[in-house]
Amino acid sequence: MTTTRVQPLVLVVEDYPDAREMYAAYLQFSGFDVAEATNGLEAVEKAEALMPDIILMDLALPRMDGWEATRRLKSNDQTRHIPVVALTGHALAGHAEGARQAGCDAFVTKPCLPDALVAEIRRLLESPPGGDDTGRGARRSMKRT
Amino acid sequence: MPRVAVPAVPVPGFEAEAKLALVEFLLTSIDLQDSARRALDWLVAHSPVTQAVVLIVEAVSNEMLLVAEHGVPNSAVVDFAVSRADAMHPLVEALSSRHPVFIEGLSSRYRVPLDARSFHAIPLRAEDDDVGRGLLLVTGTGPELEGDALWLARTLGKQVSRLASRQSLAETRFGQERMLLYSIINAVTDPILLTDTEGKLIIANSHAEKLFAAPEEASEGWRRAVGLNNMLFSAALSTSAVGTAELARRELLLVDPLEGSDLLFELLSSRAKDERQGTYVVSILRNVTDLARAKEEIEESYRTLRIAQAEVRDERHRLDLIIDSVADPILVTDEEGDIVLMNTPAERLFNAPGVENEAALRRVQGNGANLTSFVSNVLTRSGEQRYRGEIQLADPVSGRPLPVEALAGTILSEQGELMWVVTILHDLTEAIEKARLYEQLKEASQELEKNVQEATAELAEQNELLRRQHIALEQASALKSQFLANMSHEFRTPLNAILGYTHMLLNNVTGQVTDPQRKSLTRIDSNSRHLLALINDILDITRIEAGRMPLNITKFGVPDLVDEVMSELEPIIRRSNIAVESQMGTRLPPVRSDRQKVKQILLNLLSNALKFTPSGSVTMSAAYDARGNQMVLAVRDTGVGIAEEDQARVFEDFRQLDSSPARGYGGTGLGLSICRRLAHMLGGSIELDSRLGQGSTFTLRIPVKVKRR
Repeated sequence: MTTTRVQPLVLVVEDYPDAREMYAAYLQFSGFDVAEATNGLEAVEKAEALMPDIILMDLALPRMDGWEATRRLKSNDQTRHIPVVALTGHALAGHAEGARQAGCDAFVTKPCLPDALVAEIRRLLESPPGGDDTGRGARRSMKRT
Repeated sequence: MPRVAVPAVPVPGFEAEAKLALVEFLLTSIDLQDSARRALDWLVAHSPVTQAVVLIVEAVSNEMLLVAEHGVPNSAVVDFAVSRADAMHPLVEALSSRHPVFIEGLSSRYRVPLDARSFHAIPLRAEDDDVGRGLLLVTGTGPELEGDALWLARTLGKQVSRLASRQSLAETRFGQERMLLYSIINAVTDPILLTDTEGKLIIANSHAEKLFAAPEEASEGWRRAVGLNNMLFSAALSTSAVGTAELARRELLLVDPLEGSDLLFELLSSRAKDERQGTYVVSILRNVTDLARAKEEIEESYRTLRIAQAEVRDERHRLDLIIDSVADPILVTDEEGDIVLMNTPAERLFNAPGVENEAALRRVQGNGANLTSFVSNVLTRSGEQRYRGEIQLADPVSGRPLPVEALAGTILSEQGELMWVVTILHDLTEAIEKARLYEQLKEASQELEKNVQEATAELAEQNELLRRQHIALEQASALKSQFLANMSHEFRTPLNAILGYTHMLLNNVTGQVTDPQRKSLTRIDSNSRHLLALINDILDITRIEAGRMPLNITKFGVPDLVDEVMSELEPIIRRSNIAVESQMGTRLPPVRSDRQKVKQILLNLLSNALKFTPSGSVTMSAAYDARGNQMVLAVRDTGVGIAEEDQARVFEDFRQLDSSPARGYGGTGLGLSICRRLAHMLGGSIELDSRLGQGSTFTLRIPVKVKRR
């Protein structure tokens, strides 16, 4: 891995392989470099090792969950600046707030179409972290009755 | 009786005998004159005395009078008297002497009942007399005094003294008797008079004196009245038949000298004949003035009595009315238990007037016997004023048992003897019936109470059961919600992959797809999206029902929100041929509510309107209801409309009115159900106004300020 790269590096943390590989494929298709982790512990290790430009973090993870992993990354001066986009299938109340408290910079509810996810990642990379929770927009677009 | 003085001097037999005879005479004589004469006879016979005189002091006139003489000329003794006041008189002097005095050559100034001027004057006195009671004057014996004369003087002195004391005694007794008599006469309240036949007053008692004698100080009127009375009295006596009858009776009207009022007397006169003093008339006046008055009074009281009797009769009548008017039987019985008085209700029980039937008469007798036995009980308890008991009677006519309460009181005479027993009977039939009913009622009430208690216990049991079931249900519900939440998550993970890969294929990520492939992929995509929408809606409902959808209250403006909703559905609006416009009311206040949920409702209502309106228009309006302090948001369309009978069902779960699959219009059939739930969460409501074929209006009302629960 080179420290200078043309394409931003996205660390996709997801234990469900189909979803992880789908996001990875679409991100690569969309012009990103992608690294993958299958649990929270691995996510922390890879983030510290690879220093990705952004992390896509599923919250329900084995060994170490996404919240804990995010807390660790955000408490590490080296990794604190890396934006974390939380990704969860749980739309129940408390998840978004828990993610925000853990230090997540954005929150995206599954299912999230790959292009919506890419749009969110691009938005975060272009604007400094701590901005508005635009993840809602992504979820909103999915709700049609 | 004075002691008989035994002669001290021995005398010859004859003389001694004569002396004894004289003493005996004197002892038996009570007459002074006789005594004096006899004594002088003896002296002259037995002594040389030539002349002798006995003088005795008369107490009233205080003079010495001559009571007996011998040998003196009449001229000397006629009217002889010497006053004791003439203290210088030798005879008066001699009277005071204790010894015989020889008076010699008495001055002719003094008159003596003797011829001679010289004589012996011997005081006649008893030994204890201070002064002589008389004198014995004797002459013919010279200066020497005969012993016989001395003895005689002594004997005569004792006799004079004895008689004097005896006389005074008699006088005293007479006086006392007179006084007594006078007192008796005075004590008689009727005036009593002793008059001569002409009515001249001799003796009168004090009551008569008041009428017929006026004292010195009497007034003129008094005197005149007394004069008049005397005149009337005299006239009455003279005209009456006093002369012929022993006792005459007539009325006499006199005047009360002090009061001036008329006094009516009954005059009783009778003659009293006295041999020496002639005829007197004794009159008794009986005052009948008071008698006349008394007669009037008696008449008056008789009249009063008759009025009182009439009043008593009235009173009795009233009392009878009162007693008869009392519904309870009242009886008065005497000490024998016999009925002396009863009112009409009592008569029906104990007399049964007009009832001939034998059974009834037997019942009347039975009632009487029961009453008698009750009254005899009362009598044995004479100490008590009131006696209460129960008697079993029977109605004479019907024979119906008649239990009565009897209250008896005794009436005593002034001497405390029992006179009557008053008994009041009170019908207990009703009371007993009431008591019976009360008992029944009480039993029923107890039964009811028991039932209620049982029911309450059962209810409590059921409540407990329900409470447990409720807890179990809540737990089940929570588990269900949790299960559904988990399930939707688990659904979403594969769905996420399906949607993602379909999307990638459609975006030619894995190479160009052919048109038929694209068509199939589009079908996969739309069905996956529908499935996702269903999952999301179920999740929403689950969250609402599990109370896990919190309210996020902010203050926001309604027009901005409406613009936002319309712009979000802009692509759909653009695709349709429908005119969509908004009508915002004036002066819309900002709303404090959950903006996201209001927006979700409006999005749903607007998309529904677009969906079910093939052509025409959709209008979103907002207005403020000041009265209810509500914001009224309405979505009106000109679409297919909803039949009235179906309007209530559109808010039910999985309900789309066109039973042909919802696919025709899309949607899950849960949208309105969620909207209604959300509206309730915000304290509001959703109403529907629609007609088939003429469009629908959904109206959301929410409070301007939501209340936090």
